[in-house]
Amino acid sequence: MKVIVDFDRCQSNALCMDAAPDIFEVRDDGFLYVLNDEPGPDRLAAAQEAARLCPTQAITLV
Amino acid sequence: MNSVIIVGASLAGVRTAEALRGAHFGGDITLIGDEEEWPYDRPPLSKRFLASESDEQRLLLRTTESYEQDRITLVLGRRATGLEVAPDRVNVSLDDGSSVSAGALVVATGTRPRILDVPQTHPYTYDLRTHRDSVAIRERLVPGARVAIIGAGFIGAEVASTAKTLGCDVTVLEAAPTPLARALGERMGRACAGLHQANGVSLRTSTVITAIHEDGVHLGDGSVVQADVVVTGIGVTPNVEWLQGSGLSIADGVLCDSSLRVHRTESSEVFTNVVAAGDVARFPNALFGEEMRVEHWTNAVETATHAAATLMGSIEAFTPVPYFWSDQYGKKIQFLGRASNFDEVKVVEGSIEEGSWLALYRSGDRFVGALGVSKIRSLMKLRPLLARATSWNEVLSPSL
Repeated sequence: MKVIVDFDRCQSNALCMDAAPDIFEVRDDGFLYVLNDEPGPDRLAAAQEAARLCPTQAITLV
Repeated sequence: MNSVIIVGASLAGVRTAEALRGAHFGGDITLIGDEEEWPYDRPPLSKRFLASESDEQRLLLRTTESYEQDRITLVLGRRATGLEVAPDRVNVSLDDGSSVSAGALVVATGTRPRILDVPQTHPYTYDLRTHRDSVAIRERLVPGARVAIIGAGFIGAEVASTAKTLGCDVTVLEAAPTPLARALGERMGRACAGLHQANGVSLRTSTVITAIHEDGVHLGDGSVVQADVVVTGIGVTPNVEWLQGSGLSIADGVLCDSSLRVHRTESSEVFTNVVAAGDVARFPNALFGEEMRVEHWTNAVETATHAAATLMGSIEAFTPVPYFWSDQYGKKIQFLGRASNFDEVKVVEGSIEEGSWLALYRSGDRFVGALGVSKIRSLMKLRPLLARATSWNEVLSPSL
């Protein structure tokens, strides 16, 4: 699984960080950082939840 | 259950269809919407789309091909006008005289803007709910245009911010003495409303609108706010009229049980084949000990997932931590939890003066809500604490 963020769409709402804090982090500068763009299969559900909750549909999993 | 009708083809309806397919529901899904457009997302209508930084393609909730791929039958431009419910059958009447039947129903008809009941003769007055509204408004937001916004809620504030960015001369008119007091409380409402003045937008509170004529907005004190375009955002009303006489219980929304099954009229019983999702659904939330109807994006997604699971046989209670955000004047306002009945609000990080702060809400001895203004990271870290009903003392303890 690869995590792809469209940073033009991303508006740093940080719901992804709540769903999968080991993959996504919004830092104090207000920007999203992807901590792990190839998480293991055990993190699939959390990554899917992050994509589902993203209000700007900025996250895709391939 | 071999087939499902979803009435309402906006976020809640579309996501319920997706969740049903995600849960391997193999029956027919019919998704009915009263707008002509392919299902689209609404938050950008007051933000990036209104500012012309985004286009129609980007508004779409899913690609147009994906409906056929997932065997979701879309019926667009049709309004539901009536409903009959039998134990294993629902029948929905549509405004073209046709009707659709299925084994189960999802009510996701949402809300519509409340109408300001005053004489209106101004040619360019708008509400903002639909794609069409946003397109019409943005054509008028030209540099130098005088824009009057009625209602200093989140929609009004976002339109004000966008219009200001586009070079308009903006005045916001609010009926209450303090904007956003119901959503955030007096002090935080005032603090957030301070963003208007700080960014060169005029805010007038305690105003009474008597008419909207060609020259502008007429106020109770006899003054006129001259305007080339007027946008009204004074709240919404649930779309439940089509359910009159159907046996579904209606009271400012559709009354649901804790798993989003809809109650029968004047009864504690529920329909086992009728659920509701989105901002039309009123449900008891055991986490906060109150009944709520939530008009925000995340609630539409979460109710959709839950309503689909309920139709698939789950009876788990829905106990969300409500969340909303608003983008205004380059700031991100975010709220988690509830501010409906709080006893104290405390700024714990940053300050109102510096324009970036985190405030916590207490009700009794419990931590019930958090407001962040450009405090994204700190705010979101509080979500797990709200989800497990943390005490006020614990949230304030230095170890957190």
